[in-house]
Amino acid sequence: MSDLLEVQDLRIRFPAPGGGVSVPVDGVSLRLARGETLALVGESGSGKSLTALALLRLVPPPGVIDPASRIVLEGVNLLELQGEALRAVRGGRIGLVFQDAMTSLNPVISIGEQVRETVAAHRTLRGREARERAIALLDEVGVPAASTRYRSYPHELSGGLRQRALIAIALAGEPDVLIADEPTTALDVTVQAQILELLDQLRISRGMAVLLISHDLGLVAGRADRVAVMYAGQIVEEASTARLFRSPSHPYTRALFGSIPRLDGAVDRLVPIAGAVPLPHAWPSACRFHPRCPEVLARCSIETPPVVPLAPGEMSRCWLLVKGAR
Amino acid sequence: MTALLEVNDLEKRFDTGGLLRGPRAIVHAVNGVSFEVAAGETLGLVGESGSGKSTVGRVILRLTPASAGSVRFGGVDVFELSGAELRAIRRRMQIVFQDPYSSLDPRMRAGSAVAEGLEIHRLLPAAEIPGRIDELFQEVGLDPSFAAKFPHECSGGQRQRIGIARALAVDPAFLVCDEPVSALDVSVQAQVLNLLADLQRRRGIAFLFIAHDLAVVRQLAHRIAVMYFGRIVELAPTDTVIRTPLHPYTQALISAVPEPDPVRQRTRIVLKGEPPKPMAPPPGCPFASRCFHPMKNEVCVTDLPPLRQVGATQVACHYAEYSLQQAVSPQPAATKPQPPAPNS
Repeated sequence: MSDLLEVQDLRIRFPAPGGGVSVPVDGVSLRLARGETLALVGESGSGKSLTALALLRLVPPPGVIDPASRIVLEGVNLLELQGEALRAVRGGRIGLVFQDAMTSLNPVISIGEQVRETVAAHRTLRGREARERAIALLDEVGVPAASTRYRSYPHELSGGLRQRALIAIALAGEPDVLIADEPTTALDVTVQAQILELLDQLRISRGMAVLLISHDLGLVAGRADRVAVMYAGQIVEEASTARLFRSPSHPYTRALFGSIPRLDGAVDRLVPIAGAVPLPHAWPSACRFHPRCPEVLARCSIETPPVVPLAPGEMSRCWLLVKGAR
Repeated sequence: MTALLEVNDLEKRFDTGGLLRGPRAIVHAVNGVSFEVAAGETLGLVGESGSGKSTVGRVILRLTPASAGSVRFGGVDVFELSGAELRAIRRRMQIVFQDPYSSLDPRMRAGSAVAEGLEIHRLLPAAEIPGRIDELFQEVGLDPSFAAKFPHECSGGQRQRIGIARALAVDPAFLVCDEPVSALDVSVQAQVLNLLADLQRRRGIAFLFIAHDLAVVRQLAHRIAVMYFGRIVELAPTDTVIRTPLHPYTQALISAVPEPDPVRQRTRIVLKGEPPKPMAPPPGCPFASRCFHPMKNEVCVTDLPPLRQVGATQVACHYAEYSLQQAVSPQPAATKPQPPAPNS
């Protein structure tokens, strides 16, 4: 399967407090094929959302994307685009669904108008045609009585319907890639299940690629084809979902599993990860996970671990996987 | 065992609408809710947003007045108290809120926030308070130096620990935990859940643990009550609720919990639609419009099922016996009820 989107060595720099430079996203590479779901998983502060924003060239200033990074959408490096060509990608070929529908929707414009605006911005449709297209999109994302709800304001809708409206806006530009950044975090579990089901259906019916960003490894198990685990600005493990859950190779991935409360088996005490994600201007030396790692070796704090290929498209950034490293 | 907390027929009505706010309507946020919590026990209270679960917690603590019903704490009717007696009982009943970002005063240092209760209830001579604050911070897993910090200098997990220390300061016997981990990352969530489990073991505090995620509730709860549309629809020991849920809504809640194993995915029951409009409650079972129970019929639409004992469970479903029988000895696959169609 050829790649639709390829991110190569994405590096984002910010000026750090005290005059230095911090690199909250540091050499991230990802591939996304048409029709597949790739999950990007990690704790808050690992750089997941910034990576998503970079794909749309929306890194907030004073952050800058390193010019040597490449974000290639079907042969075109997005980092070289300007003006109209960039706008065609942003919200056009790549759509973004934010986490918090209440703050990302405009509270004083009806949801239908907000979808119509986006339709008009990306397509030649105008007037009634754009309005009809907006209603069709609301209907496609499961907003009941879409032509009536077109006139509803965000505060009149439940959290689940607001999230659906936001997805309709992301679909307005007929994207090839849909980025969903924690699309269900603020929602009830039942609504969460509805929204994830919807994203799955849209991926299949539209043949889109989906980048699903979440802090919850448990949530992506039934939804993603592949998983990239991110820690402190780097991908530390990438694998097929089946392999990752069967035999996680990186201690950070294993540690994330220990935090997940489960419904089956005995009620065991959870095994949380000690401490917190370090701040970008203070990433630890060598392996960035070593201060929190339960399986740390002597060399982990001295030498940067290599990227160990495990299978085609699968890797792990850990000394434990290097023969003779112990 | 006598219960520490007895909630009887609790009811909370909100008057909505009126002048400039549309037509007047009465909303029953909580309706006929009864349960008990024993000393040192955790009762999990589960439901979607709008189910009334947080309102139950707030009414028990008299943070909002009840419309009817009673709450007895240690045998004393909480709603009858006033003045010094009310203050005394409030010290024994505390709350940890969901959002550690908005529940702490942004201009108050963490130490002062934790000390406030000690000062108001005059539990310690002023000279002993700083030492007590240090102990409390250590008990919740924070370095005592955090006492000097403002909330914005702390992470979400640290703020939640400060909120817990604040509640513990006055030595409560009962703690309402209102979605204490739903705003946190899974890794931090696990730390806070372990902390609460340790506190209960060490201090013997009873919890009313309010949450929407059954997997989270299962970590702490001895019994689970499931709320829907202002009513308890199922109440049983934790294992019973998780293994043999009798109410279709509970079954849907369980199926909605993400299974962290791609191979063993559960049959997903994706509920259609949303709960009924609170202003226009249906005459029958409030879940009927979304129900997928194979026996569902017109009775469900017209008659409200009462909460009653079926096996080890209190459940409000006309056909709970059928669900129980299915759980114990499922019929052959050919006649087994089909899972509902996914949401279209």
